[in-house]
Amino acid sequence: MTQALKYETASSGETQALAARLGEIVQSGDVLCLSGDLGAGKTTFTQGLARGLGIEEPVSSPTFTIIKEYDDGRIPLYHMDIYRLGEAAVQEDLGYDEYFYGEGVSVIEWYGFLEELIPEDRLELHITLAEGDGRRLRFTATGPHATARLKELEQLCPTSH
Amino acid sequence: MGYQQRVRDKYNADRASGKPVVILGIETSCDETSASVIRDGREILSNVVSSQIEIHKRFGGVVPEVASRRHVENVNGVVEEALTQAGVTLDDLSAVGVTYGPGLVGALLVGVAWAKGLCFAKGIPMIGVQHIAGHIYANFLSGGMEPPLLALVVSGGHTEIVHMPAHGEFEFLGRTRDDAAGEAYDKVARAMGLPYPGGPVVDRLAQEGNPEAYPFPRAWIDDESMDFSFSGLKSAVLNTMHNAEQRGEEWKQADIAASFQAAVVEVLVEKTVRAVRKTGVRNVVVAGGVAANRGLRAALQKRAELEGFGVHFPSLDLCTDNAAMIAAAAFPMYEAGRFHDLDLNAVASLSLTKWADTPTIPFLVK
Repeated sequence: MTQALKYETASSGETQALAARLGEIVQSGDVLCLSGDLGAGKTTFTQGLARGLGIEEPVSSPTFTIIKEYDDGRIPLYHMDIYRLGEAAVQEDLGYDEYFYGEGVSVIEWYGFLEELIPEDRLELHITLAEGDGRRLRFTATGPHATARLKELEQLCPTSH
Repeated sequence: MGYQQRVRDKYNADRASGKPVVILGIETSCDETSASVIRDGREILSNVVSSQIEIHKRFGGVVPEVASRRHVENVNGVVEEALTQAGVTLDDLSAVGVTYGPGLVGALLVGVAWAKGLCFAKGIPMIGVQHIAGHIYANFLSGGMEPPLLALVVSGGHTEIVHMPAHGEFEFLGRTRDDAAGEAYDKVARAMGLPYPGGPVVDRLAQEGNPEAYPFPRAWIDDESMDFSFSGLKSAVLNTMHNAEQRGEEWKQADIAASFQAAVVEVLVEKTVRAVRKTGVRNVVVAGGVAANRGLRAALQKRAELEGFGVHFPSLDLCTDNAAMIAAAAFPMYEAGRFHDLDLNAVASLSLTKWADTPTIPFLVK
């Protein structure tokens, strides 16, 4: 079961507002896989999502620490960047399951290195540059939970363009 | 006798004896397993970091040692080596300081559980240390710093200006709203095709380039703000390289590095000066991995001389993660008799300003 949804935003503010709407509806155990070039705005999107979750602590990139946890929102946010582990990501058990199947929502950057360990039912988001400060966002749901979330998002933020 | 009472008895006996304060520090928050012994809060007797010794090489040094399994494999050997190098035994220890956050929870738990086991077995006082406080206290090891002071914390995961009015007290004056400075370095380096970590390489390249070759943006946010933003700078650098490639033009690595570094350093220095002017605190310490950056060291020192405030950087080996700084941060807690109980837990998101909130053992001095 695969379903897709596309958006085009005109500014980083608009991108974050969309992300915040998603942050308002995500649930425990949701997994969001982010892809896009360096500078595409993966962390910017995650900041918006955190705002939607009601997290007040500033969200900065997890590249150095690999996983950052934020506990002060509606549900916890686990923000991961697998880049630094590379091919070794699957051998280095960082307790991934406790995040993926835990109380919070997992957002994973550079998830390709971890493909085989990530739940099959997940939301994938590919971000590319658009005009000016805007972005093209392509969501893909790969299972029933993710599809349900995507339908909710579509209702909250209809794709008029 | 319960652990709390054994700790009180040992502390009172050790204080009465007048012997030196010997603290074992343990750090396992991210990549490195590290143990260190320091005397009287300032003198490093040993500082062992896993990536520097033989144990590490058996597993290869490429992959970060982030997994708890790696820390479990390392911790015994690293602590033993630290005690041996220092020429002390477990019976000589006054206290154990251990990092309990922030970091990877699995990695942190190894150090915390190890420290608890040791402290329970030997009745030794235990002090949980906040990792960033440790980076700030690295400055106390090589200089005669005393609060009140300001700390510019710059690393791969942090960029913050912190006011420290007294030992163990911290207040954020400014922090990054997106990328940390060290991370901007690493991402620019990645785009240039340089290996991780890119900071030191970009710093080296920058020495050979023209810092005015590219007018990269400085994010001041507003005239008053001491917050930082490096995401726009990162994008500007990436765009410059990308656009040049599309036009088939060459870009000079050294010029990009120098212009990028000039932008980062100028903002770090100016915001630090703002903090000095605003608070009137005239002692600044720099903490974290980017404290090793030559461009930052030179520019901040020069500016401090002009403005007439003091600035202190840790020695290069104390800029990156290590346990000596953890033991150093534990020292004023020892002096104050503030120890944690055996229910101390790893806290992945532990904030500097929340460190003092973790309950300590109620103390009854005889």
